[in-house]
Amino acid sequence: MAKKELIKLKINGKEREVAAEPRLLLVHFIREQLGLTGTHVGCDTSNCGACTVLLNGKTVKSCTMFAVQADGAEIMTVEGLPSNGALHPLQEGFKEEHGLQCGFCTPGMLISSYALLKKNPNPTEAEIRWGISGNLCRCTGYQNIVKAVQFASKKMAQGGK
Amino acid sequence: MIPPAFEYLRPKTLPEAVGLLQQHGEDAKILSGGQSLIPMMKLRLARPSHLIDINRIAGLSYIREDGGFLKIGGLTREAELEASELIRTKYPLLLDTARVIADPQVRNLATVGGNLAHGDPANDHPATMLALGAQIVATGAKGERVIAIDDFFVSLFTTSLDHGEILTEIRIPIPPAKSGGAYFKLERKVGDFATAAVAVQLTLDGPGAVQKVGIGLTNVGGTPIRAKRAEEALRGKKLDAATIGAAAQAAADAAQPSSDLRGPAAYKTGLIKELTKRALARAAERAGK
Repeated sequence: MAKKELIKLKINGKEREVAAEPRLLLVHFIREQLGLTGTHVGCDTSNCGACTVLLNGKTVKSCTMFAVQADGAEIMTVEGLPSNGALHPLQEGFKEEHGLQCGFCTPGMLISSYALLKKNPNPTEAEIRWGISGNLCRCTGYQNIVKAVQFASKKMAQGGK
Repeated sequence: MIPPAFEYLRPKTLPEAVGLLQQHGEDAKILSGGQSLIPMMKLRLARPSHLIDINRIAGLSYIREDGGFLKIGGLTREAELEASELIRTKYPLLLDTARVIADPQVRNLATVGGNLAHGDPANDHPATMLALGAQIVATGAKGERVIAIDDFFVSLFTTSLDHGEILTEIRIPIPPAKSGGAYFKLERKVGDFATAAVAVQLTLDGPGAVQKVGIGLTNVGGTPIRAKRAEEALRGKKLDAATIGAAAQAAADAAQPSSDLRGPAAYKTGLIKELTKRALARAAERAGK
């Protein structure tokens, strides 16, 4: 076994410091070492996007990156979305517009949508579909996910966050 | 899937990285974006003993024009190419290509250098760089070496990079006025490799005849293919239907696809013909602007 490396990072605003073997994937590090199980392992082959997290403000697939590469980084997972116990407008949108059925893809969808709205607060339908093109959903047919993002975009424009 | 164990090394400078590559021999691999390497490690198609992570080396990520070339640093991410104003306004072929590589998350990590150094004929930048007549800068123990793109792709997953070398820069001759390019890719779904794709870069002269042209083909052979006969069929000619048809046929003749889950060989050959026509038409339209 290769020697463990000390990984220091900030996740959802909290500093964490944990040692891990270099081959440990970031998604397993987040779920198993840090105990944040909102991020899902879907396909495990870099296709589905269920494991999407924000790494220094950019979406990445945490199943296709080693935890040790995230040393020194700032990460946000789905657990970082609500503030003061209140759902983020995106989470509200997914609830109100039925943007999920089984819910497995939802954490990744939320993070990709969050990154999209940060960059482009008022996206067109085509831009939303482009923004979530790395996230697969087998239930909804995407229609209600698009509506959920539009809901959040409107709500945030009205002075949400 | 858990990748096999490896020793992790994170050099801070290029000479240090080159030194580590030489020290650890053939089983050491460079970790750049990791978007091809990590999936291959999970499937045990790659089992490097050491991973040399070059992501923390400063000064390897840039997009700039300098000395007659567009220079792209080896660590430049696909997403950076996509967002670059210079690429958006002046290099439509590169923008077309970057936008259809994998998906947004993968493009945030995947590098242009890695897309080439991996030597996968299914990757998209190889055909584009063949069409653009690019040069590859490789850095090794003895310093830099420039490799013409036509000499770069040797065989499946093999390039002319020596073991101790790192791809550090891609150089593309700045296209003259009245140049344009386009990349047409058919994929089954977002994120898939091309069933087939065609890259075209051309320059028109005053009266509108083709002065310079490069055509590259994706995923229709053991290496990325430059369709030289198709280029010859175009040089000095105006892009009328007969000329475009002849060039498209020559491009299809250059393709050597195999039948697989993406379709039978004959279908892919037919695709190359049609995609060449479309790419030529769009490249010419862009050159005319």
